[in-house]
Amino acid sequence: MSSFWSTWIIVLTIACIVFCAVILTWNLKNHVGVKEGESTGHDFDGIEEINNPLPKWWTYMFYATIIWSVYYFAAYPGLGNYKGFLDWTSSNQGIKNLAESKAAVEQNRLEGKNVQLDREYAAANETYAKEFAKYTNRDIMDLAYDPEALKIGQRLFLQNCAQCHGSDARGQRGYPNLTDDDWLYGGTPDKIKETLLYGRKAAMPGWGDALGEQGIKEMTAYVLSLSGRKVNDKDAAAGKTKFGMCAACHGADGKGSLAHNLPFGAPNLTDNVWLYGGSVGAVEETLIKGRNGQMPAFKEILGEEKIHIISAYVYRLSRPEESSK
Amino acid sequence: MSQTKSLNVDYNYTVVRLFAVTTVLWGIVGMVVGVLLAAQLYWPALNFDTAWLTYSRLRPLHTNAVIFAFGTSALFATSYYVVQRTCQVRLFAEKLAMFTFVGWQVVIIAAAITLPLGISQSKEYAELEWPIDILITLVWVSYAIVFFGTLVKRNTSHIYVANWFYGGFIITVAALHIVNSMVIPVSLFKSYSVYAGAVDAMVQWWYGHNAVGFLLTAGFLGMMYYFVPKQAGRPVYSYRLSVVHFWALIALYIWAGSHHLHYTALPDWTQSVGMVMSVILFVPSWGGMINGIMTLSGAWHKLKTDPILRFLIVSLSFYGMSTFEGPMMAIKSVNALSHYTDWTIGHVHSGALGWVAMISIGAMYHLIPAVFNQGRMYSIKLINTHFWLHTIGVVLYIVAMWISGIMQGMMWRAVNTDGTLTYSFVQSLEASYPFYLMRFIGGCFVVTGMLIMAYNVVKTIRAKDGALEPVAEAA
Repeated sequence: MSSFWSTWIIVLTIACIVFCAVILTWNLKNHVGVKEGESTGHDFDGIEEINNPLPKWWTYMFYATIIWSVYYFAAYPGLGNYKGFLDWTSSNQGIKNLAESKAAVEQNRLEGKNVQLDREYAAANETYAKEFAKYTNRDIMDLAYDPEALKIGQRLFLQNCAQCHGSDARGQRGYPNLTDDDWLYGGTPDKIKETLLYGRKAAMPGWGDALGEQGIKEMTAYVLSLSGRKVNDKDAAAGKTKFGMCAACHGADGKGSLAHNLPFGAPNLTDNVWLYGGSVGAVEETLIKGRNGQMPAFKEILGEEKIHIISAYVYRLSRPEESSK
Repeated sequence: MSQTKSLNVDYNYTVVRLFAVTTVLWGIVGMVVGVLLAAQLYWPALNFDTAWLTYSRLRPLHTNAVIFAFGTSALFATSYYVVQRTCQVRLFAEKLAMFTFVGWQVVIIAAAITLPLGISQSKEYAELEWPIDILITLVWVSYAIVFFGTLVKRNTSHIYVANWFYGGFIITVAALHIVNSMVIPVSLFKSYSVYAGAVDAMVQWWYGHNAVGFLLTAGFLGMMYYFVPKQAGRPVYSYRLSVVHFWALIALYIWAGSHHLHYTALPDWTQSVGMVMSVILFVPSWGGMINGIMTLSGAWHKLKTDPILRFLIVSLSFYGMSTFEGPMMAIKSVNALSHYTDWTIGHVHSGALGWVAMISIGAMYHLIPAVFNQGRMYSIKLINTHFWLHTIGVVLYIVAMWISGIMQGMMWRAVNTDGTLTYSFVQSLEASYPFYLMRFIGGCFVVTGMLIMAYNVVKTIRAKDGALEPVAEAA
């Protein structure tokens, strides 16, 4: 902050505390004009006030808090731009991205700065990293059948994944169900880990303008017919003639990109699993506006060791009955 | 020794009576909504899938009703009563005083309509949209004119301490309300704050905490300084203590708001300042409690027979307890445990139900007979019943919230050997469940007491003029 505002804060803060100290000290002595223990002589609707001295223990307490405040303001940030002699900060402020944050943490470490969040992270890493490191060199398939690893995986999942995929991992509208063995990008341990590490970005374009109102109606009918739904045959037939534009991602048979070893994450349209809803209205909306599903990349957030364990947990979610490979 | 008294001043009690009656009315409304909310937390189906009955819509209605309809009506009633009697002069600008009554009721009714409709500025305790905010400003400025006008034309040489507190509260609340309500309207029912980000949050909690500090503390200390010595028939314990704790309280409170934003995007220095000032504030806060309770010295026996005095003195005990608890919770390392838990709710209610409501109820039991030409309330026994119902209710409430709050704080920070959280959020909710029932029961006690009070008040008002003889003073 500018030196003007810094000065402003320092002056006002100190003035407030000094004011309290002065008014307290001034009233330790009797300036009221009548003897202690006597009435001040005023009468307000029958109420009088006695000129009793301040309770001693109360004044001690007052001074104690004031002295403590002087220490605190000397030690910690509080008085404007003054940093305090402990050079303490809660966290690195003004950070705009992960790279800056990492650079700041490293810089603070080199300079021996007292940044509480950095310290807490470092302490947590030291304590817990070994718990995860135990599993790093083991195969995900191996971990997927290790009850201890699965327990850790579940806890990590509940803490980091359940917000979108649900605590039972069954997903919700827009967030895939992870228990049904129906995969967009692949359900092998490596693919799951890849999804977790680097995230996924699905991009279904909107076709509203290209297809027009009638075209959308026809395409919706055709898409629904793929999974065996009863539709207007004439509309579906008309939709089918235009399906070429969809086939690039979903495949000519509509079985989705995974069935054709393509990396687009385009869902299989012939089953009855609907990421954004399978009603006529929901499919129409998908066709008109497109969809942009995003799975965040967790590599920088959780680190590879934790993701290794979560991958095993997610792998097992759709294979709950198997007790061994 | 005492100054010449003009005992036959013709005081304006009309506006006092109106505010006194609405205090009881809005107290019941606000607390009933509170009990409904407590019930919804235990039986979620009680929102009946109706938008305006949901917790989110009714919660601001509850807080606005108890703070601004119940509490502030009590402040209006008592300040108009006290300022006249301690200045020995009739109210200044009486028509304006009537306007404050009518205007304030319009504000309350507008709040009761707009909040359930979901019309809100989304600032805690400042939810009301800008047209209502403007009306509040007009009422408040009129209030200041009436109050300070009366002080100016007083017939006493000095200004009594109760009026310092009332005056401080009126001026500061005006400043808080205007600064925090600065918005850019986009329509009649929608506006956006002129502040952004962390500044907006800081302004909001500067307002929010001082709504507690000046409205719910300074204002009610004004009430305390009149009704405690009056009901006890004793002089105020220490004039000097009142000087020191008044000025220190006023000087320190205004800084404390940032303790609501510990461990947020607020800069470190702002958090430190809020914490330090809050901790010092503990001492002057207790100054008020000491002065009130010590005023009773030589009259402790009256507590045995006088339930009104019990209300007043127990309110001071709750005041002392919550003004100790508050500064402790403002310390960052304590706050790390208490923040966002039910402990905060418990703290607020030991202040609101213990201090604010009990001192107001006591003051009303003293004031209502006086302004309705009676010597006493219709039934002293029922006041006693109310006292016990209220006290039990408050204790149940805050004990439930203490246990639940500290348990939540402990559960949220518990970690497994691998550093993952031991409990999910929903597990902490499940663990809090029994205490939500306990809180609901506590609330029912409080509301039952209020209904008994309403009955007692109606009987007192409807009694023939002067029919209720004052209680004979115990020797």
